[in-house]
Amino acid sequence: MNATAEAMAIPTAVNAVPTTAAMPASIAIDCKLDKVFYGDFLAVRDSHVPIEKGKITGFIGPSGCGKSTVLRCLNRMNDLIKIFRFQGHVHFHGQDVYARNVDPVILRRYIGMVFQQPNPFTMSIFDNVAFGLRLNRFKGNLQEQVEKSLRRAALWDEVKDKLNNSGLSLSGGQQQRLCIARAIATEPSILLMDEPCSALDPVATRRIEELMIELKAKYTIALVTHNMQQAMRVADKTAFFGVDISKGGRTGYLVEMGDTQQIFENPKEDLTKKYIRGEFS
Amino acid sequence: MNEPSTAVDFATRIELPKLEKSFFVGRALSSSLLTIGVWVAAILASVPLFSVLYMLIVRGGARLNLELFTELPPAGFELGGGIGNAIVGTLVMVGIATLISVPVGILAGVYLADLGPDTKVASAARFLAKTLTGLPSILAGVFIYAAVVLAMGGYSAIAGGIALAVTMLPTVVLTAEEAMKMVPQKMKDAAYGMGCTRTQVIWKIVLPTGLPGILTGVMLAVAGAAGNSAPLLFTALFSNYWLHSLREPTASLSILIYNFSGMPFDNQIELAWAASLVLVLIVLVFSILSRIIGRPKV
Repeated sequence: MNATAEAMAIPTAVNAVPTTAAMPASIAIDCKLDKVFYGDFLAVRDSHVPIEKGKITGFIGPSGCGKSTVLRCLNRMNDLIKIFRFQGHVHFHGQDVYARNVDPVILRRYIGMVFQQPNPFTMSIFDNVAFGLRLNRFKGNLQEQVEKSLRRAALWDEVKDKLNNSGLSLSGGQQQRLCIARAIATEPSILLMDEPCSALDPVATRRIEELMIELKAKYTIALVTHNMQQAMRVADKTAFFGVDISKGGRTGYLVEMGDTQQIFENPKEDLTKKYIRGEFS
Repeated sequence: MNEPSTAVDFATRIELPKLEKSFFVGRALSSSLLTIGVWVAAILASVPLFSVLYMLIVRGGARLNLELFTELPPAGFELGGGIGNAIVGTLVMVGIATLISVPVGILAGVYLADLGPDTKVASAARFLAKTLTGLPSILAGVFIYAAVVLAMGGYSAIAGGIALAVTMLPTVVLTAEEAMKMVPQKMKDAAYGMGCTRTQVIWKIVLPTGLPGILTGVMLAVAGAAGNSAPLLFTALFSNYWLHSLREPTASLSILIYNFSGMPFDNQIELAWAASLVLVLIVLVFSILSRIIGRPKV
C-alpha cells in the first residue's frame, strides 16, 4: 500500500468514546437517529441504520422521506445548515462523529460523498481528481494516484488524452464518474452516494452501477436511490423509509431494513409491500 | 401493393394547412416590426459611441507620437510639449486606488456572498454600497479633502488615490458579490464534501470560479476611476512637473483634459484631444489584459 492508504487509514479507536452497545466489527457506521430537526420541523425520527463494512447499503423510499437527510448526517454535511440539530448518535468505527472534539472537516476526508448532480470543479480533469490529494498534502506520486482513481472510476480510457481539458467539458455521465474518481482518489473508507444516477441516462446509469459493485471490494457504500430496480441490482442491504404525516408535518422514518432480497421478496411490513408493488411513491 | 395510392388519397382527402410564411398577418407583422425596432435602437445607441471614438482618433491621433509621452505640458504660448506627467500621475493614482479598493472590495464581497449574506451587517453594507454607487464623485473628493488633504497638509497623489478608491469601492464590492453568488451551491457542497474548511472552499473554489466576473467589475471600476476628474480636483490638484513624491500635487489625464480643453490655444486643445485618446487606450489595454488574466484556465 502506498502513502495515501497510510495517511488516510481509518483513525484508530484508541481515544474513541466507547460505544454503549458492543457493535459487531463489521459495522462501519452505526447511525441511530432518534430525532432530526430543521428548526422546529421534525424531518426524521426513529431511524437506526447500521452501515455494514464492504457492502452497499441502499436507502429507498418516497420523496421527502428523509433518505438524503440521513445520508448527510453520516459525514456531517448537515452541519452546513444552521438550523439543523439532532438527537441520537452516529458512530464511525466506534467513534462518536458528533462528539464536541471531532472536526467535521477531517471526518469528511474519511467519508467521501458523491452528489445527485454531477458537480466537477471548473478546473481540468486532472486537477479535479488531484483536488482532494493536494488538499491532504499527498506525498506519493500524484500522476499515478490520479490515473489509478480514474481507472477505478472506469473513466481513464475516455479521458487519458485530454486530462488538461475542463472537467465541465465532459458529458453528464462522464462528469459523474469524474466526481466518483475525485471522491475515491483520497481513498476514503466510506462512500456516500446521494442519488448518483438521477441525472443520467440508462447507459451511464448502468456503468455507474457496475462501478459501485466493483468499488465495494474496497469501500463501504451508502446509496440513496429513487429507483427501486437500482437498489435491487446493486444493494446488499436495503433500508426502506416512509413518511409519517400523522402529526401534520412530513416526518421520515425507517420502516424496515434488511437484506435486499428479503426486503423486495418478503417484506415484513405492509407499507414496504405496498411501496414495492408500486401502490404509492 | 397499393400503398402509394392510399397515401395520395389521404393527401387529397384532408385539407393541408398553409405553411408558407406570410409577412402581413398579425403576429408575423408585429414580429417583423419589433425586429426592425430593435435594430434601429441598437444602431442609434451605438452612434454616439462610434462618433466619440471617431472624433478621438481623428483629432487626437494627430498628436499621438513619442513626444506626447515624454514631454511635460506646454505653458501658454509654447508649441509642442506632451502629457507624460499626466499619464504617469493617472497610472499611479489609479494604481493606489486599485491597491486599496480591490482587496477591501473583494473581501467585503466574500462576506456578503458567502460568510454572512443574511446578517444585518451585510444588508446594511449592501444598501450603503448601492447608495455609494450613486454618490456624485465630487463628494468623494470633498470628503477626502477634509479627511486626508487637510490632515496631510497638502494636495497629494495619495489623497487622489484614496479619493478614487472611494469611488471604486462600491462597484468592486457589488460586482464581486454577484460574481461569487453565481458560483453554484453544488460546487461548494462538493468542496465541503471533500473535506475543505470554509477558508479553503472560498480560496480554492469560490474565488477562482468567480474570478472572471470579479475582474470585470474591477475593470469597470478602474475605467471609471481613470476618467474621473471630480474627485481629483480637491485632492491631487494638478502639476506641470514630473511626479517626484506621492506627497505632492500630481497631474492626471482627466484634469489635464479639463484644463486644456478650455484654453484659447490650439496647441493645448490638440493635446487635450490626444490625452482623451490616450485615456481611452489605457482603459482598453487594461480591459484586454483583465480578459486574458481572467480567462478560465481550462
